[in-house]
Amino acid sequence: MAVKTFLEAIREGLRQELARDPRVIIYGEDVGVRGGVFRVTDGLQAEFGADRVMDSPLAEAAIVGTAIGAAVNGLRPIPEIQFADFIFPAINQIVQEAARMRYRSNNDFEVPIVIRAPFGGGVRGGLYHSQSVEAFFAHVPGMCVVIPSTPYDAKGLLAAAVDQPDPVLFLEHKALYRSVRAEVPEERYVIPLGKADRKREGRDVTVIGYGLMVGFALSAAQTLAEEGISLEVIDLRSIRPFDREAILESARKTGKVMIVHEDNKTGGFGAEISAVIAEEALFYLDAPIVRLTGPDVPAMGFSPPLEHAFMVTAEKIAEAARELARF
Amino acid sequence: MPESGLTPELMKEMYYVMALSRALDDRLWVLNRQGRAPTVYSSNGHEATQVGSAFALRRGEDWIVPYYRDMALVLAWGMTAREVMLHFFAKAEDPNSGGRQMMAHWGSGRLHVLSTGAVVATQDAHAAGLALASKILKDGRVSVCYFGDGSTSQGEFHEALNFAAVHKLPVIFFNENNGYAISVPLSKQTVVQDISARAAAYGIPGIMVDGSDPVKVYEVTKAAADRARRGEGPTLIEAKTYRFVPHSSEDDDRAYRSREEVQEHKKHDPVITFAERLLKDKILTEADKKAMAAKIKQVVDDATTYADKAALPDPSTLGQYVYGGALA
Repeated sequence: MAVKTFLEAIREGLRQELARDPRVIIYGEDVGVRGGVFRVTDGLQAEFGADRVMDSPLAEAAIVGTAIGAAVNGLRPIPEIQFADFIFPAINQIVQEAARMRYRSNNDFEVPIVIRAPFGGGVRGGLYHSQSVEAFFAHVPGMCVVIPSTPYDAKGLLAAAVDQPDPVLFLEHKALYRSVRAEVPEERYVIPLGKADRKREGRDVTVIGYGLMVGFALSAAQTLAEEGISLEVIDLRSIRPFDREAILESARKTGKVMIVHEDNKTGGFGAEISAVIAEEALFYLDAPIVRLTGPDVPAMGFSPPLEHAFMVTAEKIAEAARELARF
Repeated sequence: MPESGLTPELMKEMYYVMALSRALDDRLWVLNRQGRAPTVYSSNGHEATQVGSAFALRRGEDWIVPYYRDMALVLAWGMTAREVMLHFFAKAEDPNSGGRQMMAHWGSGRLHVLSTGAVVATQDAHAAGLALASKILKDGRVSVCYFGDGSTSQGEFHEALNFAAVHKLPVIFFNENNGYAISVPLSKQTVVQDISARAAAYGIPGIMVDGSDPVKVYEVTKAAADRARRGEGPTLIEAKTYRFVPHSSEDDDRAYRSREEVQEHKKHDPVITFAERLLKDKILTEADKKAMAAKIKQVVDDATTYADKAALPDPSTLGQYVYGGALA
């Protein structure tokens, strides 16, 4: 097994999908010659040709809208939205067209597309290169929303996303691209959508998160372990569908739950997790559920102190978890 | 046989579909006014435009992405009167959506009619995408999206034409310009006189055609399809037409256009003028026309009775078909 960064694992996954299925195509802004602004698709056009890895006009609604048509007529498109912040011009195509197609046609049509989008902050991206957009899409029946946290998961979840005959939003946290590396199998493997992964077993507090937050939670767990506080870390890996059982099982075990995400608090996905626990595991709880999230402000500031104040960090998680453990 | 492939037999068949569509359309309004179905979206007045273009394509093999005005189009494409009526009554057997969608949201995998939503111009990008797959898979298909004049104000109209032009996709953008988007006249949508003029902005041909003449519509569509199949890219066609009835059964067009204006256009009713022409050219006889009318009445009656008696969807199916594959 080779050690790969998060970005390299995704690139290898994309390369394998292109190689194994001639129906797979990749397109978006700058993904061809340039290999993507983050270089995720670097080298793929040279290897597979400009028909299969192609630069598209700068128009997000057309990128997704054409992917829908291409999928219906036999391809498996993997369009890229350059930054998740730019996905909103395409939201009607994603939510009202792609996600409703199977349902509205009574199963006559399906839209197997994987929309990749880098998201998240802490990378000096300011308002429009830092957003977390997952909650908008997790609200939509017919959509899948996948948010990996490790190189291994990214590759396996990407394969599952390509296999799934429905629209999948595959969100890649930009801060993970080059900051994490781990062993990734050479061969193709599939991590099923909707299955959480317990990244660390613990007994005092359950921390539930996804994406960048998982690594932060693990480092908080390390810190607190030295203080005798045991954190269990649940990585959801996909938030639609999401693994209710894993959440409930852990909540029942520790009796104390903290949900962590970078997205705004109000109406964020933490609210849904919290509601599920309240509905189904209330009497197992020993403390109120805690949501540690980005603040309810329109977006992340650009200047370092503003960005830092917005971001959820390992330190903030440790502090909140410590307090919850003592409740 | 003329170069375009339009034989007298095909012209007779075109007339049959136009007349069937009009008769079915008239029946839908009656049923709506009787309170038996909530909504009608009509192709009344657009028959020549829709049928003429459909006949120029490989029906059932090429892709069409219609909009809500396109009943005559889908009939020409192979949908039956029963299927239209099942859709209208929102019955379980409705092949467009199983009763899930409001009337005139066409779709059929079998016939290559891509399912449509209600936000206008989204289908323009879908047609470009269908054509993108055809280009890569070399399946020889042409994709055609149909849309009204109002929808050309949408950004996605521009995005789709531009995308298709850049990638030289085998797609036809077919505008049925009836001069109104519900109540708003074309002059309030754009200062450009002709939608077809917009093609220049994308470096593609923009063709204007008299939408009341199915033969002319056939010819320009055929030329555009041939061009697409030769790998020369998209064409924008604008058929000038007119809608003889309100936008839908919920609309009252007296609020925005005079009766005189409507009457003036009805003098050129394509269903009537095409019959006259076929009679004059001895392609159709009075006896043929009478026989067709009798058959159409029988087909419309049969469709009404059949769909009326068909079962409604079972509410227990509400949760079906949200996902497929491993998540079904």
